[in-house]
Amino acid sequence: MTISEYFDLLWNDYTLRTITLGTAVLGATCGMLGSFAVLRKQSLLGDAISHAALPGIALAFLITGAKDTNVLLLGALVSGLIGTFWIRGITSKTHLKSDTALGLILSLFFGFGMLLLTFIQKQPNANQAGLDKYLFGQAATLVEKDVQLMLIVTGISLFVLLLFWKEFKILLFDADYAKTLGFNTKFIDILITFFIVLAIVIGLQTVGVVLMSAMLLAPAAAARQWTNSLGVMIVLAAVFGAFSGVFGTAISATEDSLSTGPVIVLVAAVFVLFSFIFSPGRGLLFREIRFRNNRRDLQLKKTLQFMYGIAKDHEDISHPHAIRILNNFQGFTKKSLQRLEEKDWIQLFGQQWALTQTGFEEAKNLFSQKPNDD
Amino acid sequence: MERKLAVQVDDLTVAYNYKPVLWDIDLAVPEGVLMAIVGPNGAGKSTLIKAILGIIKPIAGSISIYGKPYDKQRKLVAYVPQKGSVDWDFPTTAVDVVMMGTYGSLGWIKRPGQKEKKAALEALEKVGMLSFKNRQISQLSGGQQQRVFLARALVQNASIYFMDEPFQGVDATTEIAIINILKELRKAGKTLVVVHHDLQTVPEYFDWVTFLNVKKIATGPVKEIFNDDNLTKTYGINYKVAINK
Repeated sequence: MTISEYFDLLWNDYTLRTITLGTAVLGATCGMLGSFAVLRKQSLLGDAISHAALPGIALAFLITGAKDTNVLLLGALVSGLIGTFWIRGITSKTHLKSDTALGLILSLFFGFGMLLLTFIQKQPNANQAGLDKYLFGQAATLVEKDVQLMLIVTGISLFVLLLFWKEFKILLFDADYAKTLGFNTKFIDILITFFIVLAIVIGLQTVGVVLMSAMLLAPAAAARQWTNSLGVMIVLAAVFGAFSGVFGTAISATEDSLSTGPVIVLVAAVFVLFSFIFSPGRGLLFREIRFRNNRRDLQLKKTLQFMYGIAKDHEDISHPHAIRILNNFQGFTKKSLQRLEEKDWIQLFGQQWALTQTGFEEAKNLFSQKPNDD
Repeated sequence: MERKLAVQVDDLTVAYNYKPVLWDIDLAVPEGVLMAIVGPNGAGKSTLIKAILGIIKPIAGSISIYGKPYDKQRKLVAYVPQKGSVDWDFPTTAVDVVMMGTYGSLGWIKRPGQKEKKAALEALEKVGMLSFKNRQISQLSGGQQQRVFLARALVQNASIYFMDEPFQGVDATTEIAIINILKELRKAGKTLVVVHHDLQTVPEYFDWVTFLNVKKIATGPVKEIFNDDNLTKTYGINYKVAINK
């Protein structure tokens, strides 16, 4: 199947449509909520939470003996939340730094989860097969009910986000100040964290424990490159996330052996890479171009300054001088002389140059400009 | 005549991990003073402000603002945190940051509207930053960022202002601009408590001073208590400062 065939099929094939819608909604939610994780510098929190969710899935299966997705995800939610509160507890009650706490909880919970998974696999229960799909995710198992759950979660998070927009914003920017204004920062903090955990949990089935954090971070990191407005950033992150979901699903559908979760994450990574290089404000490419332009500009001004030094001793500033005398000065090339002439700062007569009135004024004011307001 | 007390701190003790940062502080700030808190690094100057504002929970002691606990008097108080305490790469603009000063009076959920925006623009104009209103905050210089923080506090329209090193890392022009605003606020009857590092400028800028080094060393009018004796007690070395008479 080619990509275009996939998009044709999308309108007719029920399964494909369900999966695509699911990954798109998931990508959008993760992008939206991931923006908060990125701006709070809690990028790794998502990774720890998703790993912490694994034992919950296994325990939920062991207790109920059934593989109902909602029950398993509820288990994931509970154990993800426990992991999160332990991380908070460790950082606030001990001298350990948050990266240590994150690493500790991540490996502890994940190890325990893996232990339970291997234990379950040895059980003589025919039902046990397939729990390991939560490790790397399996979008193909998405059914309409799962997508409905995702839509509900997305709807609620969007509602809460819009309702507490102002509170979220001030907490992200300046939590101490928010506290002095009378906001219960702990409540806002727990609210944000809860929704991040929720987004992670609904993504486990599709993307899996191991790669889930990329779904949170990649769209948000890409979006940050394109805008300086929080609102626009969150919308962009949601759009990038949704597109990653759709394209990831499309690409993986074209090859039988490509599993969807990793492809979605790779597509999201392409968004990040593209944004890091090509965004106009913060991208590497334009920064390099600006840097080069500045350097070229400075070089021209350096040459002009040198010319000014020669010309100002003459009564007639436009008195021509030989180009040769610029030789001991390294800032001049044929091209730079041409550029100076284009700017109408000098005139060239064969082997000679002369400063124009404009060039003279420009050079005179080069370093005596009024400093900026900083 | 005895002046009304704007801030009163009794027996305040704060500790991080068993080591006391502030020890048994009693402090009374009369209404309408422009007060500097001075002391060496680690003396607990910022902590004192944060404890008064309820950001840090003290081990013991009580704080009152015009005779009532801080929780009840929030709207009378504005805060300018240290510039370095936030991430200036946050995706927002100068006017947006200033508008945050109105969030307290708006309360939960309600969004700022035209009225709040107007107040924010006026505050930006007061600190000479109106032309930068839509500038992304990371593209402001250190001094401009400090002015934005000051404008945010001005928008709160408070009676008492707490400022944590508002002169840190700003150039002479900005320093003069800021001190002029502070003096204007005092003239309008406001009370200002400012953590300050530059001892040379204390007599010129402030009329009230508190010496702090974990314990309170002294507090009172600059003219009476800003002397070598108190400086030596606070900084631990034989401190001689050229006080501009």
